[in-house]
Amino acid sequence: MIQSKNMIKTIGDKMILKGISLEIDGGESVAVLGPNGAGKSTWLKITAGLLKPTEGELFIAGKSFKKDHLNLKQLIGYLGHQSFLYDHYTPVENLTFFAKLYHLPDPGDKIHRLLDEVGLSFFKHEPVRSFSRGMIQRLAIARAILHDPEILLLDEPHTGLDQQAVQILNQVIQRKKKEGVTVVMATHDFPQVMSVCDRAVIIKAGRVKDDVSLQQKTADWLYDHYERQAVQ
Amino acid sequence: MKRILMPALAIAGKDLYSEWKTKQVVTTMLIFSGLVIVTFSFAFDPSNQAVRALIPGMIWMITIFAGILGLNRSFVSEQRNDHIHGFIVAPIDPASIFLGKFIANFVFVAAVQMIAIPLLFVLFDFRALTGASILYLTGVVFLGTFGFITVGTFLAALSANSKSSEMLLPILLLPIATPIIIAAVQATKIVLIDLEAISGAMSWMQLIFVYDLLFFVAGLILFEYVLEV
Repeated sequence: MIQSKNMIKTIGDKMILKGISLEIDGGESVAVLGPNGAGKSTWLKITAGLLKPTEGELFIAGKSFKKDHLNLKQLIGYLGHQSFLYDHYTPVENLTFFAKLYHLPDPGDKIHRLLDEVGLSFFKHEPVRSFSRGMIQRLAIARAILHDPEILLLDEPHTGLDQQAVQILNQVIQRKKKEGVTVVMATHDFPQVMSVCDRAVIIKAGRVKDDVSLQQKTADWLYDHYERQAVQ
Repeated sequence: MKRILMPALAIAGKDLYSEWKTKQVVTTMLIFSGLVIVTFSFAFDPSNQAVRALIPGMIWMITIFAGILGLNRSFVSEQRNDHIHGFIVAPIDPASIFLGKFIANFVFVAAVQMIAIPLLFVLFDFRALTGASILYLTGVVFLGTFGFITVGTFLAALSANSKSSEMLLPILLLPIATPIIIAAVQATKIVLIDLEAISGAMSWMQLIFVYDLLFFVAGLILFEYVLEV
């Protein structure tokens, strides 16, 4: 589903990605782990179309992202560090606007269903500026999955969330996995990785350091493995 | 075309609805325009015939400076929650973002002009308007504003990432918009004061039209590079 071939990204004099080659199959859920500044978010941003690689190629669903990026972006739902939401708009108004950007006809019912799912149906007519960090993140999740993407790219999605919001986010991710959506999550949160992901890719200093299956592994094993690969 | 137009209308509609809710941009532009008109109407004697020669310049002064107030906010307001990144990851052509922002900025400035220009005529006791001069004036104001907002929208996006964007935009915009400002003031002067020399105004309007076309097409094509991070 996602093929990253020898991807290099240079910003100024600094080479952030030094040749990331990675293949992620359709329906897989993959955690991208690594210390701060390793290049996880940069790789995710390039995959979402937010940044252009300096060198290398990206293929989504077998098609070159460079050549067909407008159609391929329709397949991707991206949740970054910022929500992209408008503070003075209500959740319904925000999602209606994004539905138009994603060419969704008659999104009304879907918006109300999604707000129900992320637990914001009581606040759907309140302006977003009055929301807590957790509520904003839940609404941002609804924005990211509004157009039923086949690929969900999540950049540290659990950061700053309370327990309830973490549960809701994990439920949404699990449902998307069951629907066959490819989930890629850059994170430092090992327990959440174990509850959501089947595979972990460790990136260090712009390179893929390791790529392991998480089947029948524990969080402790992952933590020890990560310490050996990424920290030492 | 529909693929560009529909998201553009969504973005323009979003900006117009935001303005309807917050009333930040147009209110500021109207206050500025009102202050300029009232100050000048007290500074100069409206009964003096020579003072009427100021009116074409004042129309464009209001348009330019009120326009810059709106243009400055146009993209800076999208930086709060990285909204502009929300546009980039969406499956929309970058030209849609330019077109949407252009439409919203044009509507804001047109709304200010619709209030400020009649107020200017009233306070300067300008009664020499005929049906023909109103028609030509509408044409000149439309073409001039179109060109100014086209260049302004493009440069506002370009300068939005700068720390001193509010200072950078006028520095970039005024030299590039000078041909259109000169042509618009000259055409407005002919239309309001010497309608018999309308052929002269038509030449200026042709110049503005070509400028509009060139910069509008360039904006649509080049906007992708403005968004590149």
